[in-house]
Amino acid sequence: MTTRRRHLLELASLEAGEITELLDVAESFQDITHRRIKKVPALRGMTVVLLFLEASTRTRTSFELAAKRLSADTLSVSGGTSSVVKGETLVDTARNLAAMSPDIVVLRHKHSGSPHLLARSIDASIVNAGDGGHEHPTQGLLDALTIRRHKGRIEGQRVAIIGDIAHSRVARSNIAALSKLGAEVTVCGPPTMLPHGVEALGCRATSDRDAAIRGADVVMMLRIQKERMTEELFPSDREYALRFGLDRAALGLAKPDVLVMHPGPINRGVELAPDVADGPESVILEQVANGIIVRMAVLYHCAGGAGGDT
Amino acid sequence: MSGARCVMDAADVRRAVRRIALELVERTRGGQGVALVGIRTRGEPLAHRIAAELREVEALEVPVGALDIAMYRDDVFESGSRVAVGQTHLPFDVNDRHIVLVDDVLFTGRTVRAALDALMDWGRPCRIQLAVLVDRGHRELPIQPDYVGMTLSTRVDESVRVRLAETDAGESDRDTVHLVSTPERVAAAERRRT
Repeated sequence: MTTRRRHLLELASLEAGEITELLDVAESFQDITHRRIKKVPALRGMTVVLLFLEASTRTRTSFELAAKRLSADTLSVSGGTSSVVKGETLVDTARNLAAMSPDIVVLRHKHSGSPHLLARSIDASIVNAGDGGHEHPTQGLLDALTIRRHKGRIEGQRVAIIGDIAHSRVARSNIAALSKLGAEVTVCGPPTMLPHGVEALGCRATSDRDAAIRGADVVMMLRIQKERMTEELFPSDREYALRFGLDRAALGLAKPDVLVMHPGPINRGVELAPDVADGPESVILEQVANGIIVRMAVLYHCAGGAGGDT
Repeated sequence: MSGARCVMDAADVRRAVRRIALELVERTRGGQGVALVGIRTRGEPLAHRIAAELREVEALEVPVGALDIAMYRDDVFESGSRVAVGQTHLPFDVNDRHIVLVDDVLFTGRTVRAALDALMDWGRPCRIQLAVLVDRGHRELPIQPDYVGMTLSTRVDESVRVRLAETDAGESDRDTVHLVSTPERVAAAERRRT
């Protein structure tokens, strides 16, 4: 068999057209979700290894469901149960898995660039499910799809991404995808959480929450990730909520048809007020549903399938 | 060896569609419970045309759907095949329906096999029939059409090129069916023989 390996390592190196193609394919999977037999045979006989070396429930289950809806067999290896805790290196773990001939390896790892390393080391398609503070490409794609489904287009949309930009791979993938597709992205967070030179990624940066939200079509709140912080970057949860959290009053500055998004899990009362999280503008649960079809599109693409025609 | 021979013009296509519609009414006792499902891409406009004929000639309204079979093909990941993924749209319950699948060309039968599998995943039709504009032979699976616009004898290395006003506006604004024998296809066929 001739191998034409295809990976999804990051969105930053994709063309706008490639991103749109993945979104179109994802859209074509939507109808499968609504029928009794929620499965197509496209990846029948293929093996997808879910190598999650960092805690994750929703991304792993979403990938697992996506693989199963395409009829692939899945094998789940997670951090706590693998020999990684016995000191095995990533490449050795991967080589051992490669000996079982998987077609696709989905990797979640705490170090940036580990999917790239894996792609050079083993003969399988690699899908990045989040690597350190670098990228979380399928999250970027599912957010783009959610915006497109509501607004019809991404071009020209004003998107505010608020939170810990410095530690956020979600922010990086979103900036890449949305700016390539023509959105105006503004990132916002406390100065300690805004990396220097973030504008080079194709966005504006501010530490003024209200300025970021004013006139926005989409407000995307990021989770405060205490597990990634090595030092105190803000005085208290309460102060963060007051200055950078999204409550009703702050949301009033955005356009009336604004979408509120969050990659989950939510710290209620910190970055997102409960009444906003559950409010009519919130599309947080749609993001979860769109995650499945986007991951189906990514797996289908990496397995060698073609793009959309619509 | 190369060249294209016109085997149907717009009037031939129109007559073929009308005949399929009339036969369909005859063989389904007035068309009750029938739904047309076009296999994307060119089966879809053909299904709509058959529905329009039924409306005009028999005052019969039948629902029309479109089926995308990319995920059901047996050659999705073979090198050289790039199947565009499209949307399936079935605006009716397929359970207990009499479904007539519609496609432009019937060749190996593999597309129809994929369409049958796709349709079954949507429910359990009481009956499925097949209507095609052109049957060019060379079946690789035990599948036969119920309604045929034209039966065409072809060689395996020839291809049948259907152009419809709805789907191929840039290339041709009138419907045509050509039998094409391209040098590449000949060469490929010769490679297979040796």
